Amino acid sequence: MRVTVTVNGTTETHDVETRMLLVHYLREIRGLTGTNIGCDTTSCGACTVLLDGESVKSCTLLAAQADGEEITTIEGMAAPDGTLHPIQEAFHRHHGLQCGFCTPGMVMAVASLLKEHPDPTEVEVREGLEGNLCRCTGYHNIVQAVLAAAHSGELVP
Amino acid sequence: MIPASFEYRRAGSVEDALGWLAEDPDSTKLLAGGHSLLPLMKLRLATPGVLVDVGRVPGLSYVRDAGDHVAIGALTRHRDLEISEVARAFVPLLAHVAGQVGDPQVRHRGTIGGSLAHGDPASDLPAAVLALDATMVADGPRGRREIAASDFFRGFLETALEPDEMLTEIRVRKAPSGWAFQKFNRRAQDWAIVGVAAVLDGDPRVALVNMGSTTVRARGTEEALAAGADAAEAADRASEGLEPSSDLHASAEYRRHLATVLVRRALVEAAAARG
Ligand SMILES: Cc1cc2nc3c(=O)[nH]c(=O)nc-3n(C[C@H](O)[C@H](O)[C@H](O)COP(=O)(O)OP(=O)(O)OC[C@H]3O[C@@H](n4cnc5c(N)ncnc54)[C@H](O)[C@@H]3O)c2cc1C
Repeated sequence: MRVTVTVNGTTETHDVETRMLLVHYLREIRGLTGTNIGCDTTSCGACTVLLDGESVKSCTLLAAQADGEEITTIEGMAAPDGTLHPIQEAFHRHHGLQCGFCTPGMVMAVASLLKEHPDPTEVEVREGLEGNLCRCTGYHNIVQAVLAAAHSGELVP
Repeated sequence: MIPASFEYRRAGSVEDALGWLAEDPDSTKLLAGGHSLLPLMKLRLATPGVLVDVGRVPGLSYVRDAGDHVAIGALTRHRDLEISEVARAFVPLLAHVAGQVGDPQVRHRGTIGGSLAHGDPASDLPAAVLALDATMVADGPRGRREIAASDFFRGFLETALEPDEMLTEIRVRKAPSGWAFQKFNRRAQDWAIVGVAAVLDGDPRVALVNMGSTTVRARGTEEALAAGADAAEAADRASEGLEPSSDLHASAEYRRHLATVLVRRALVEAAAARG
């Protein structure tokens, strides 16, 4: 079937199999391999992207369901000149990653979380990221990074 | 993991969906949020020939104050129910439970209709609507019918819906206070090992998650409460007549014990909230 999807501001139309998952569409058709496939069972959050501004796990959506929608992936976060998005900058500064595998999904989940809770408490950050697993950091620095990003004054609400 | 091939059709209305369902009800499945169906399809535990995507049917996502009850559109997403002002004011149990489902990503996609129609005994929302004496409104080729929640959950992944019917609305009684929800799981994001939804506003209702092949009421507890028993006495009868399963997470015996503990906590909390 034909799907037209806007990804990071660019709209393209492609013929895809009806059963193609959104994550495979992003990686294989759009060539955006920043979105990782972790558990493939909707648990780990590595494949999190934004659909119309809200975090979703792209391993549990069909590309067909994204037809006509707007998707933002990790590649759409930094400015065109490479300046990191404030959330990415905060992860960098607070060492919110080690191996980096969960990071793209984490950053996208955080973008959605901070839209819903612009001034989150530590508990809200921890609960808001319950859909994203990190096996290196113990979460501590991720939580610090999110709180710093929220209070950086650089996020457009 | 990739699902087996299927034909995909996007419904623009309930009529579209019902028409396509009627063509071949046994191999056609509705797709709402897809957060129960797609995981099953990826595991090839479900292999529908036709998928009718109702996710964008307009007019079925709402939480409305309907006087003596609250009406909820079947396509209302968990997140929208969680933050609905109407739900928070009149059925805070439902708003709270919607906020306990899975994680934010799951709540951004999953719908109440999908959760109820799926009929999974481990799901949270079925227990909440059972405790709120919900009425399910289903549309089908034979017209519209109303099904009481106590007749709706039939067995493991089985409800009173016919294969050619679509759940369109859920009506719950108002219960602004005197409610509690207890969910016991081992890790964030997990399903409940056992869960309890209790409503003491009006006739006491206590519904249980994961205490049988489907969502069930704790009839023994309800009877005891009606007869004036205190929370501990009523909770002792929580698993009367029930047959919880044993699995990776817990034995049946452990579940029975947990039900007693959680029902007691829920009753104490609900009574305190009633004031
Ligand atoms: C990682 C993960 C964690 C989860 N954790 C929890 C949890 O803790 N608690 C919990 O309760 N749930 C949990 N869920 C399930 C989640 O709540 C699902 O969203 C919900 O069970 C199904 O809703 P859906 O809209 O996604 O339905 P779908 O997956 O689209 O559909 C489910 C079934 O219902 C049918 N259906 C859908 N809508 C209708 C309708 N209107 N009329 C008739 N039939 C219909 C479909 O044909 C299908 O058979 C979890 C899911 C995931 C992936």
